[in-house]
Amino acid sequence: MEQNSVIHIDQLSKVYTVNEREAGLIAAMRSLVKRKTRDVKAVDAISFTVSEGEIVGFLGPNGAGKTTTLKMLSGLLHPTDGSASVLGYRPWERSRDYLRRMTLVMGQRNQLLWDIPVIDTFELNRAVYRIPEAEYRLAVEELTELLELASLLQRPTRNLSLGERMKCEIAAALLHRPSVLFLDEPTIGLDVTMQRRIRRFITEYNQRTGATVLLTSHYMADVEALCKRVIVIHHGKLLYDGELTGLADRIAPFKTVEVKLQNGLGGRPLAQYGELVAETEGRVTLRIPKVDTASVTGRLLAELDVADLTVQDPPIEDVIEHVFSQSPSPLGDPDPQQAQSV
Amino acid sequence: MFAFYPIYRGYFRTSLMMMFQYRIAMLIWLLGGIIEPLMYLVIWRTVSLQQGGSVGGYSTNDFAVYFIAMMMVSHGTFTWIMWEYVYRIRTGHFSVMLLKPIHPIHSDIADNIGYKFLTLTVIAPTALLLAWFFDASWQPTYWTLAAFVPVLILAFLMRFYWEWSLAMVAFWTLRIDAMNQAYIVITLFFSGKLAPLSLFPQFVQRAADLLPFRWMLYFPVELLLGRVTPRDVLIGIGAQLFWLVAGYLFMQLIYRAGIKRYAAFGN
Repeated sequence: MEQNSVIHIDQLSKVYTVNEREAGLIAAMRSLVKRKTRDVKAVDAISFTVSEGEIVGFLGPNGAGKTTTLKMLSGLLHPTDGSASVLGYRPWERSRDYLRRMTLVMGQRNQLLWDIPVIDTFELNRAVYRIPEAEYRLAVEELTELLELASLLQRPTRNLSLGERMKCEIAAALLHRPSVLFLDEPTIGLDVTMQRRIRRFITEYNQRTGATVLLTSHYMADVEALCKRVIVIHHGKLLYDGELTGLADRIAPFKTVEVKLQNGLGGRPLAQYGELVAETEGRVTLRIPKVDTASVTGRLLAELDVADLTVQDPPIEDVIEHVFSQSPSPLGDPDPQQAQSV
Repeated sequence: MFAFYPIYRGYFRTSLMMMFQYRIAMLIWLLGGIIEPLMYLVIWRTVSLQQGGSVGGYSTNDFAVYFIAMMMVSHGTFTWIMWEYVYRIRTGHFSVMLLKPIHPIHSDIADNIGYKFLTLTVIAPTALLLAWFFDASWQPTYWTLAAFVPVLILAFLMRFYWEWSLAMVAFWTLRIDAMNQAYIVITLFFSGKLAPLSLFPQFVQRAADLLPFRWMLYFPVELLLGRVTPRDVLIGIGAQLFWLVAGYLFMQLIYRAGIKRYAAFGN
């Protein structure tokens, strides 16, 4: 195990056994006698290590196994195989000490009590987590300031908007100052401003407390703003583990070149320079292999009447989409060097 | 145990706040707990009057006292957990409970006791009102009253553990309504809710001796009525302790298995 590693998982797997039945009455009757089941591998022998204080983005399309992994790490699910250690605990043993030191926030599930003011759920958490009075006051004060909760605390949960509720959910989950945070889609369904506020808060919390964060999100803006490192899984397998910037290089080694021509396109065959992505009045966007960027831009400038030219990395969203649209494993087996990394 | 005190205080506080939110629903629940014994009281009182003032050793007055006492004991020991577990598992709320560093049974116990204390303000005057209306006379002795306190607490705990354990069948199937219904019917017969057990045929009484239900309700009621000897009380407490320990062990066993299943299948 690496020094200072807080989360360490090794060959972690989870297989669900699901009942399978064909449509129709006869099939329903047959299933009374003999039940057909099928094994679904939700997580397939993944391994990684997260060090203290890191914020790691855990990416993958729906059904990739992200939530299953987070549930195993927070002790809600038993793995079928492999091992995991978080803060030195085996999560699924659900030791009280472990539960007191971590938190799991699920964007689509809540712990706030629906009918009573938010502050009263906080009070209950204070008792359940045995938070000393002074620490509790300080935590509430700090969270209220960081998440701008002052006007929300006295209101019953049911009267809050989705974004307000999410802020309070996060605060409730952090009152006991956990040193490991598992955040499953913490910004789902929120507007851009609220997403930004929550992102800022996560960074701030991480800086103030040195907590380790493993976060899943469908919003690439979250990942770009928060995570230097990302772990990508697809069909339960680990595809990539490394720096966010390296992901583009490794998965989509191309650049996007946008060219504006002085006198319009004039039917020029631009496809010879690279893959044509978009074409609007006098402006084209080309996708060019990274290694050819210098030579192709040189040729473009020399051979065409260029008014403006920009070279950009592809948006991370495109990169991710590129990965997930190719199945099962566009990268082949994960590079052991990369998969260990950081 | 003292370590739990602040946690229980927290649970009491929140559960009372929630109950105040749902005053009407709470009253309707309460009404059910009053009407059922009242119904049996009226029926048996009528039968007794028609039989010349007594049935199987119970006078008309005894029936009134019996069912009023049954109402109180039933109120003190009943749980609604078997209806709640399915909801918990279906909505994933159970996961939220599992993430807390405390066994989920504690919040349920606190919730239950909170409800009982709050509604005692309605049920106690109701009992007095019924006693006045049916002209029930009751002469308790000090020793039966003293013994009643631990007996009621034991009855509450054993009933709680058993029903909490049965509620966990929801880990295996979410269609537990039929099972709950069956449980209610069995309890009705073997706990003395429907009629004093001594009015049932011998074999039902023997069966009731061997089942936990009479020790949950009938025994505390009989004690309150002073219809038992000190020896009966000792036997009763012994039986309660046996069922309490058995219920506790059963709860541990089924909880562990249930959690394992929950953890294997996810939600």
